[in-house]
Amino acid sequence: MKKQQTRKWIVLAAFSIVLAVAAVIDAGPARAVVGNIWTFALSLLTVLPPAFVLIGLFEVWVPRSLVERHLGADSGAGGYFWAFLLAGTTVGGLYVAFPVAWTLQRKGAHMGVILAYLGFSGITRIPMTLFEISFLGAEFTLVRYLTAVPLVVVSSWLLGRLLTARGFELRNPESA
Amino acid sequence: METIVLASVCALALVVSAIRDRKRTLHALKIAWRRFFALLPSLLTVVAAVALVLTLVQPEAITTYLGGENTAWATTVAAAVGSITLMPGFIAYPLAGILRSQGVAYTVLSAFTATLMMVGVLTFPIEKQYFGVKLTIVRNGISLAIALVVAIVTGLYFGEIL
Repeated sequence: MKKQQTRKWIVLAAFSIVLAVAAVIDAGPARAVVGNIWTFALSLLTVLPPAFVLIGLFEVWVPRSLVERHLGADSGAGGYFWAFLLAGTTVGGLYVAFPVAWTLQRKGAHMGVILAYLGFSGITRIPMTLFEISFLGAEFTLVRYLTAVPLVVVSSWLLGRLLTARGFELRNPESA
Repeated sequence: METIVLASVCALALVVSAIRDRKRTLHALKIAWRRFFALLPSLLTVVAAVALVLTLVQPEAITTYLGGENTAWATTVAAAVGSITLMPGFIAYPLAGILRSQGVAYTVLSAFTATLMMVGVLTFPIEKQYFGVKLTIVRNGISLAIALVVAIVTGLYFGEIL
């Protein structure tokens, strides 16, 4: 990880030097590129620090274990709410969500709630939402939440019922 | 505007957190910094690449391919790209923001970001280990349908379609 990080910095440094030289001798569109980079970087650097501070605060105050405890058996309709919260705190993409889904099944969560969790993990992750608001605006995010959340709840509930009736269970790839 | 709101919310949360527990707040700041710094080189690389491409490609060209009159086609392309590729949000959203400033419709950006986050073609091999092939297809099909509905509703909301 560290090595990879260093390599990225080296590539960036090399790129900057080439670009700086090109800009000084005014070769091709080098100066326009520098102008673009400056504009983009500036907008990024005003948005990102507060977003990251919020992410840090959330991780410190809402530990994952707290949420997972509420997702066990007999969680009923409330299970969907906790699935929503758990998905919000999930870091990384779907590939992180599957092992969590497996854990949820072991703790006795309903199939519908598990499916809702997977659906939500593509919708409500907090870091993702903060980025979205920063770059596309709060209205965009609001429209997306209001449309996607009910659809995920309904579809997960229906599919969950169907699967439970058929006795379906998640597999554990580690044991296979 | 959004930046100011975000910064204010952040400042408020930070003050409240610090009053309740200074040690935890400091820990949160450490997490924030570590994450930010780990991300910085990837982010700068994206910024440089996008700046390069946008300078070489005329903005009109982007508008023609992804903006233009044909929102339906652009949305389809965006949904296909979003479903197939894997891209972290911290790269996808800044990119979407830049495309937005080039005149690409919210409908198209919505189709791209929603499928990116919800539909996983590349994660199929992982998902099928848990769900089996059939259910993986069904689940991703439903996700794709939801993402497209979101894109359409977004388009209606921003008055881009109809």
